[in-house]
Amino acid sequence: MREIYMDHSATTPVDREAFEAMIPYYTNEYGNPSSVHAKGRAARKALEKARDQVAALINADSREIFFTSGGTEADNQAIISYMLSNAARGNHLITSAIEHHAVLETCEYLRKNGFELTVLPVNSLGIVEPEVLRKAIRPETALVTIMHANNEIGTVQPIEELAAITHEFGAVFHTDAVQTAGKLPIDVKRMGIDMLSISSHKLHGPKGAGCLYLKKGTKAGNILYGGPQESKKRAGTENIPGIVGFGQAAELAAGRMTETSEYLNRLATKLREGIMADIPHTIPTGSLDNRVPGSVSVCFEFVEGESILLMLDSYGVMASSGSACTSGSLEPSHVLLAIGLPHETAHGSLRLTLGKDNTEEDVDFVLEILPKIIGNLRKMSPLSGKGGSN
Amino acid sequence: MYSQKVMEHFMNPRNVGSLDEANGVGEVGNAVCGDIMHIEIEVEDNIIQDIKFKTFGCAAAIATSSMVTEMVKGKTLEEAERITNRTVAEALDGLPPIKMHCSNLAADALHEAIKDYMARQEKS
Repeated sequence: MREIYMDHSATTPVDREAFEAMIPYYTNEYGNPSSVHAKGRAARKALEKARDQVAALINADSREIFFTSGGTEADNQAIISYMLSNAARGNHLITSAIEHHAVLETCEYLRKNGFELTVLPVNSLGIVEPEVLRKAIRPETALVTIMHANNEIGTVQPIEELAAITHEFGAVFHTDAVQTAGKLPIDVKRMGIDMLSISSHKLHGPKGAGCLYLKKGTKAGNILYGGPQESKKRAGTENIPGIVGFGQAAELAAGRMTETSEYLNRLATKLREGIMADIPHTIPTGSLDNRVPGSVSVCFEFVEGESILLMLDSYGVMASSGSACTSGSLEPSHVLLAIGLPHETAHGSLRLTLGKDNTEEDVDFVLEILPKIIGNLRKMSPLSGKGGSN
Repeated sequence: MYSQKVMEHFMNPRNVGSLDEANGVGEVGNAVCGDIMHIEIEVEDNIIQDIKFKTFGCAAAIATSSMVTEMVKGKTLEEAERITNRTVAEALDGLPPIKMHCSNLAADALHEAIKDYMARQEKS
């Protein structure tokens, strides 16, 4: 059976070139970069090369890149360490209702431990409106953390405006760029970003690596203690093979970004328009104008997401959903509820996120089977007769 | 995560639809929590002669609905009343723990349909 992977917001395959760059650091060059000897020096050299490669992706200085185990750790470090290090500045932080749990639950942890938290609402497209931030920010606000683009509905935030407002009030701006790094141009200097999180495995690098960008002079510290690694900001022996693969993948992503994003936009537009044309009672979610390349997200009324995913899977098509059954809880995704969808609509969510290896034939195949799948599930649904047809 | 039997019933559900001659109808669940099971039965001489379902929900919801219709077709009302959500899940070789609560309501829908049938008999 043909395999069609359309879940690139969850994870991506490792670029062949990145994988090959990693191998020597598992076999011959297994040194610890903290060691003085030749193998240690080789590992150190590889580590610093990767740092340069990742820094170049976001126009940062290499000394501003601190490797972590991934996006989640980077988010935790940025938020927790910044708030703890700047308690004198203020104990208020601001985030948005559609953040990844790595940010939301970290902010919630701080709230439970005495910090004040404001969670900004989003509009129906999933955008944090700059004026909403302006109303919520206060003199004692130390940190504003708002994601660059949402993982479920693909909406890209007006980061530059949000960062500018944050700075007017003397606070620091963090963004989780896990969904955009390597896909959309990021210039931390031009955009006014003080802290930024990246995950390697979302940009065709290996799992288990990521980084936190900390603008020079930003007073953030550790959450892991016990060693001087990463300029004393992140203890623990560095995951050298993972970091090498991350660096290589970042360089490759930067090199092909324009071409790939045009390609992905074209495929995603065809897929979304095909779905909207062929399947009635379908609601597109997120912004169509400000969107991560390759992301298609919709809700089908009268059917449930997990059923859609398993039916697609039986044809070899791999996708995801924000329905309750797939979130592992009894509630559908907080993102879909935050953009104002009723529960019953949110249960029918489907996310198809394309990658550079997807083809036009993949899109045609999904457009061939998806109307049948939704049609069959709707025939089985007691809601179809009540709310509409098909 | 699902047993082969669950997947088999999900992919090829039995007795989907509605009955022209239904004399008992049951529905449980709601759209907010993501599961609705609707069952229609046709009872004659105390025996469930025919049964159909419509379900909105995940694979477990659809598979349990399909299974319960298969289990009670041709059975007496007393036999049907003895079927529980648990026995339906067992007949499917089990369900993941999280699904036991939210998506395992098919026997409840059946019992509602039987109750509706009984109420209609009393009236007539």
